[in-house]
Amino acid sequence: MNIVVCVKQVPDTGSERKLRESDSTLDRDAADPWMNELDEYGIEEGLRLTEAHGGEVTILSVGPEKAAETIRKALSMGADKAVHVSDPALHGSDALITSRVIAAAAQRVGFDLLILGSESTDARMGVLAAMVAERLGLPQLSYATKVATDGSTVTINRLADYGYDTVEATLPAVLSVVEKINEPRYPSFKGIMAAKKKPVETLTLADLEIDPAQAGLAASASEVVSWAARPPRQAGTIVPDEGDGGDKAADFLATRKFI
Amino acid sequence: MAEILVLAEHAGETVKKVTGEMLTAARAYGEPVAVWVAPGAEGGRSRLAEFGAVKVYVAASSEFDDYVVAPRAELLASLIEQHAPAAVLVAGSPEGRETAARVAIKTGSGVLTDVTGLGDALTAEQSIFGGGITVQSKVRSGTPLIVVRPNAIAAVPADGAAELVSVDFTISDAAKGAKVTGRVEQERGERPELTEAAIVVSGGRGVGSGENFALIERLADALGAAVGASRAATDAGWYPHKFQVGQTGKTVSPQLYIACGISGAIQHRAGMQTAKTIMVINKDPEAPIFELADFGVVGDLFKVVPQLIEDIEKRAV
Repeated sequence: MNIVVCVKQVPDTGSERKLRESDSTLDRDAADPWMNELDEYGIEEGLRLTEAHGGEVTILSVGPEKAAETIRKALSMGADKAVHVSDPALHGSDALITSRVIAAAAQRVGFDLLILGSESTDARMGVLAAMVAERLGLPQLSYATKVATDGSTVTINRLADYGYDTVEATLPAVLSVVEKINEPRYPSFKGIMAAKKKPVETLTLADLEIDPAQAGLAASASEVVSWAARPPRQAGTIVPDEGDGGDKAADFLATRKFI
Repeated sequence: MAEILVLAEHAGETVKKVTGEMLTAARAYGEPVAVWVAPGAEGGRSRLAEFGAVKVYVAASSEFDDYVVAPRAELLASLIEQHAPAAVLVAGSPEGRETAARVAIKTGSGVLTDVTGLGDALTAEQSIFGGGITVQSKVRSGTPLIVVRPNAIAAVPADGAAELVSVDFTISDAAKGAKVTGRVEQERGERPELTEAAIVVSGGRGVGSGENFALIERLADALGAAVGASRAATDAGWYPHKFQVGQTGKTVSPQLYIACGISGAIQHRAGMQTAKTIMVINKDPEAPIFELADFGVVGDLFKVVPQLIEDIEKRAV
C-alpha cells in the first residue's frame, strides 16, 4: 500500500506572524518555520498503515526552499522518500492552485492513499483535501478520527457535530486526519541520521507540466485587498477575589444584561 | 437583481442560526435564495421566510446524506450554472467549507473561508493568525464563494416569500465514492451547539480534572451556555476533543465568552478572540488571557464560580 502524505511548512504559532507589506502574503522570514502540526498525525497514520500492510510512505511538500527542513523532519519520523515542489512562480498561490500542484505531484508519484492534515495552522482554510479529491475524481475521506483498511477498501470515522459518521470507499482515495487520531511518534536518533540519506526529489512547475503563468499571486482567484493589526482590546476591569469575586462577576454580567 | 445563493445549514427540519445570519448578509447584494439539500424543506420554510429568503431551491433526495460532500457540491455547481448568482454563501462548518472547496474547483471560483463580515462589493473580512490581523479580501474570478463563520454576523429578520422551488437533480456516480455507512450520534444534552451559542463557558488546565468539569457545566447551564475546553483540558482527557476551542479545534464568536482556568496561549486565543465580551477567572494574575478580558477575577475558580452560579440563580428567581 503506497501512501503519499502532504506536509506543509508553516510559521510557528508561538512566534509573531505577519503579512508582508509589499504583497500581503505570509512573511515567512518573520516567524520560525515549523511543520504544520496536523500533518504529524497524517505522517503517523501513513506509517502505521504501511507498517501493517507494507508499501512506502512518500512525503509531498509544496513550498519554498526552506521547506526542505520540514521535509527532513518528516523523513526522520520514518517516511521513505520525499517530493518537494519548489518554484518561485508559486509564491502567493491560493488553495485552488496549490490543490492543482498537489494533485499533479501526487499522481506523478502514484498512491493508494493520499493523506493530508485537515487544515494548516496558518491559513486554516480546511479545503485542500476536498479540492484535491475533486480534482482527481477520488473518494473524499475527510476529518477522519479513525482509519481501517483491508488493502482494497478503507473505512473511516468522520468527525461531525453530532458524533461521527462511518464512511467507506474503495482505494485509491484522499484522506484527511484530525488531531487525536493517533499519537505521532518522535523522530529517533537513528531516524534523524537515516533521514539525511533518504531521497528527496525536487520538482518545478515545468516538471508537473503546469504553466507558471497559471500559478502564484497573480493567478489566484482571490486577493487580499487590505489588512491591519487588530486593535488591542480596551483594557478591562480586573479585580482580585476578596471573597466576593463571584458577586463582582455576577454584577458585571448584570450590567451587560447577560443575566 | 441577481440572486445570492445561501446553502441552508440545517439538521432535519431545524434551520441553524447561521442560515439566518447568511440570509441577512445576502440581502445587501441581491435576491437572497436559499438552497435546501435533503428532506425537511417544508418544515424549515417558515424560518427561511423570516430572514427574507425569496425562494428556496429544494433538492429533497435523502441520498445527499448517504455520501460525503461531493453530491451537494455537484448540486450547487449546477445551480450556479443555471442561475448565475452574484455570490454563494455557505456556513463555516466542516461540510460547508468542503462543499465550497469542491464547488470552487468545479466552477473555477475563488473561495474565502472563515468570513466574519461582508462589506462593499462583497469585500470579506477575515480574522487571521489567532485574531491578530484583520484582513479584507475579495474574490476576483468566478462566482464568489463565501464561507461564513457562525455567530459573527447578526441575523436580522425580514419578510420573504420563501417559495419552494423543486430542483430536478440526479447525483452522478462519480460523486458517490465516499459512502456513509453509519451515523453515530453521541449524547449532547440540552446545551446549545458550541459554534452557535450566544454564551460559551470554557475550562482549561486550572479545572484540574474531568470530574471538576461538572462545575464548568453547571455555570454553563445557569447561563444557557455551551461548554468549551482548552487544548490542555482535552489533551488531558478531561473533556472531549469536539469541544476544544482554538487552533485545531473550534472557532467561536459568541456574545459572551467566560474562560475559567485558561492561561490563554495563542492557540486558544485563535479560537475565541472575536467574542464580543470576554470574562476571565484565573488565579494567575500574569495569565495572558487577562489581556483580552473585559472583566477578570484573579482568584480560585473553585471559589469564584460557585458564588457566581449562586448569584445567577438568585437573580433568575
